[in-house]
Amino acid sequence: MYRTDMYEGLFAETVTFPGANGAMINAYLARPLGPGPFPMMVLAHHMPGWDEWYRETTFKFANHGFVTITPNLYFRAGHGAPEDVAAKVRGEGGIADEQAVGDLAGAMDYLRSLPYGNGKVGIFGTCSGGRHAYLAACRVKGFNAIVDCWGGRVVMTPDQLNEKFPVSPLEYTRDLSCPILGIFGNDDSSPTPEQVNLHEAELKKHNKEYEFHRYDGAGHGFFYYHVPAYRQAQAVDGWQKVFAFLGKHLS
Amino acid sequence: MCTMIVEKIRVDGSGKGTEGWFTLEGANISYDHPFNAPFEHALNIDFVNESMGPSARVAVELSADAARELVKTILAVLDEAEAGGHIRDSH
Repeated sequence: MYRTDMYEGLFAETVTFPGANGAMINAYLARPLGPGPFPMMVLAHHMPGWDEWYRETTFKFANHGFVTITPNLYFRAGHGAPEDVAAKVRGEGGIADEQAVGDLAGAMDYLRSLPYGNGKVGIFGTCSGGRHAYLAACRVKGFNAIVDCWGGRVVMTPDQLNEKFPVSPLEYTRDLSCPILGIFGNDDSSPTPEQVNLHEAELKKHNKEYEFHRYDGAGHGFFYYHVPAYRQAQAVDGWQKVFAFLGKHLS
Repeated sequence: MCTMIVEKIRVDGSGKGTEGWFTLEGANISYDHPFNAPFEHALNIDFVNESMGPSARVAVELSADAARELVKTILAVLDEAEAGGHIRDSH
């Protein structure tokens, strides 16, 4: 726990690393100064894009002692203002699951190549990022913990599947190889409480280590302090749950 | 994307973006999380020219009610223009 007489320092900058199919992705890396060793985190950004909230959240994780990287999962759509890029990806119907998983695996490999890690890497995502984080944690070996904040479409019906999303992420649950923390608002419409129930049942069925926290009076995106969805009490509690979970599994 | 509700159409016309007027090639219409409007979901219209890059975009985000009213009003204006003989060619 931080004390006011402690030294703390952070370093943050844009980096690049190879992602899916070797394409070079730009990413925001923030880390505590010093040799560590530090636990490490990959952040999978949400539908609104590789935006200021995710820059600030990358910094937040670093401030809590994690070497943290947030790749720009939308870079293949071109460059510009984050919202314009995200709007383009929205118009294209999102990014392919295979691509997202490849990019997040590349981010993990990049972190593991750094000399100041403690060997443990977690992954965190909100919204579509929660869904991407779940896919990555199920399909890629090497993550030690996953935080899924209100990831919609983890539970998908056959009519929702297509070339970009060929398999419902729930189908990969048997391969989940690390503990999962789920944070959900009970007023959310994607995922609905019923879909979260299905997700939880699948985790139980496969004897996965999980911890779900479901908040009344909160909907989708209740950590986002810059939009009306923000719920102060639930967000403060949710963040405490996030750092307690990661402290337990990444140390 | 959270709702995955999006349709793309081709459009002819011009849009005024942050750097002035540009030729429009299409419009992406979605019902999904807005970037700015104070709703969980909005009817989002992005008037774009994708060959010019992501920044060639004129965006609006509307409530569902406002969007329905807009659709009705657009059609009413077009009907009036047609009745007045102002729409000679069909584009």
